[in-house]
Amino acid sequence: MLTVPVETQILFAGILFFLGLIGLLVRRNLVFMLMSIEIMFNSAGLVFIIAARHWNQPDGQVMFIFILAVTAVEVAIGLALILQVYHHFKTLDVDKINKLKD
Amino acid sequence: MDIFFYISAGIAIISTIMAISGRNAIHSLLFLILSLLAISVVFYLLDAPFIAALEVIIYAGAIMVLFIFVTMMLNIGLEHKQEKQWLNPSMWIIPSILAAILLGDLILALRNMPTAVAGAQLIQPKQVGISLFSTYLLAVEIAAILLMAGVIGAYHLGSQKKKVLHRFLEKK
Repeated sequence: MLTVPVETQILFAGILFFLGLIGLLVRRNLVFMLMSIEIMFNSAGLVFIIAARHWNQPDGQVMFIFILAVTAVEVAIGLALILQVYHHFKTLDVDKINKLKD
Repeated sequence: MDIFFYISAGIAIISTIMAISGRNAIHSLLFLILSLLAISVVFYLLDAPFIAALEVIIYAGAIMVLFIFVTMMLNIGLEHKQEKQWLNPSMWIIPSILAAILLGDLILALRNMPTAVAGAQLIQPKQVGISLFSTYLLAVEIAAILLMAGVIGAYHLGSQKKKVLHRFLEKK
């Protein structure tokens, strides 16, 4: 039986979320940015699971399954877009993909 | 039991840090898979064995393999001189400080959270399935539509077309 307080569990999820946020803010490579978004999605799902255990309801796990579906779609579309961007611009650096600007 | 939670949480955090700070994309993805497996252990410890299995099968098994395939197709190894410059420690300071402030905010908010229900017990996958297909039936159908749109969109975007530029973009 796990007796870790729920605050610690949510703190763990929060640390993961902010690690993903730092990655999204710092990295300029599209693949790494998508990875950071995945980390953030995953920590949000972790909070749902923690809440499901805390309130003893299955709804949180149902929400995690929905998050999983949304993440799968997001990754498929995102990777297809990354492929197209790479074929078009020959780079994945988001600072160089600024043709709309000039 | 608690020690397993702390160990796997530590592994997840360390491997996530390695994943977001690595230079090589493949190495970062492998660290991310390690992080997902550690989070799956946490799910198991949180009395959600079904979700733990889903995490391993779908996240680590399907989504990350998709990432690795695309990374290998694009053949991005050690490139991006500019990103190397971006990754020096001074560029990490401001985003890290901002995120640390947010994290401190969260910690302060957690200190006075109502704690009501104690003595959690195992939520069976059967319960989850019944809830999924009765209360959340409409959401399941919406998710199905979303997946359909995702499949069609990924097929459309992923197909190799001739490079079509707008006429203003052609003369560069």
